[in-house]
Amino acid sequence: MLSIINLYLVKLFSKGCDILKKQEYIEYVEKRAKRSPILKNCFFAFTVGGTICIIGQLLIDLYTYLGINKEDSGTLTSITLIFTSCLLTGLGVFDNIARVAGAGTLVPITGFANAVSSQAIDTKSEGYVLGVGAKIFTIAGPVIVYAVLSGTLYGVIYYICTLIWG
Amino acid sequence: MDIFIKYLFAFIIGGALCTVAQILIDKTKLTPARILVIYVCAGVFLTAINIYEPLVELAGAGATVPLTGFGRLIANGVKKAVDEKGLLGALTGGLSATAGGIAASIVFGFIASLIFSSKPKK
Repeated sequence: MLSIINLYLVKLFSKGCDILKKQEYIEYVEKRAKRSPILKNCFFAFTVGGTICIIGQLLIDLYTYLGINKEDSGTLTSITLIFTSCLLTGLGVFDNIARVAGAGTLVPITGFANAVSSQAIDTKSEGYVLGVGAKIFTIAGPVIVYAVLSGTLYGVIYYICTLIWG
Repeated sequence: MDIFIKYLFAFIIGGALCTVAQILIDKTKLTPARILVIYVCAGVFLTAINIYEPLVELAGAGATVPLTGFGRLIANGVKKAVDEKGLLGALTGGLSATAGGIAASIVFGFIASLIFSSKPKK
């Protein structure tokens, strides 16, 4: 009887130790995480972002090898990356990668495609016209708006320059 | 060897562009959407002053795949269209050059919404 109680106490004690260890571990992790989140984030952003660009270069070289001209193979590469991001977003895989990679998946064209497709999937319940149709560009829209604005501004300035200097 | 260097630069330049954005996210209060807007405008600006094109020559997809490359497409499209049609090109060139990417996002995004449903956030 005594030995059973003893065993129970030992078990309880060791369990307590485990909890303590766990807490210590969490504190340790948090301390480490607080000290260098930027370094860690930058490391993942750099490697994942760089890898996506390498995949892009592989695709460009593949399409060029297949005899497609330079401009079109660039467009096809963008389209392939966009397709892949939409697929991975739908499967729920993209979010898991993005959580670690941060800007590494945001800055390449994959981030743009993810913003569009996740918005499309999330607003599906609101209907296809006022949900998906209206809100598909909630996040990615500003990019197009300001790209067109700055592009047009550049075009006007460039036009004036060609008038002055021929 | 040439191919190795090309891929190395694609990795380094592409990674560096992402790292700058990551630092902006961590160090400032800029939201990801604002960073994307800044990147695309920076792409237009750097292409306009002829800084971005040499970077593309060097790094290939390392410079074209990030969103600054989207800005570059807009700027180059506008320039080409202005050369051909004059002032009208300032309005038509940008979206013509990027139509493939934008249309692909809409089409694949829409198809994704037909197939998949949103998952509860963990």
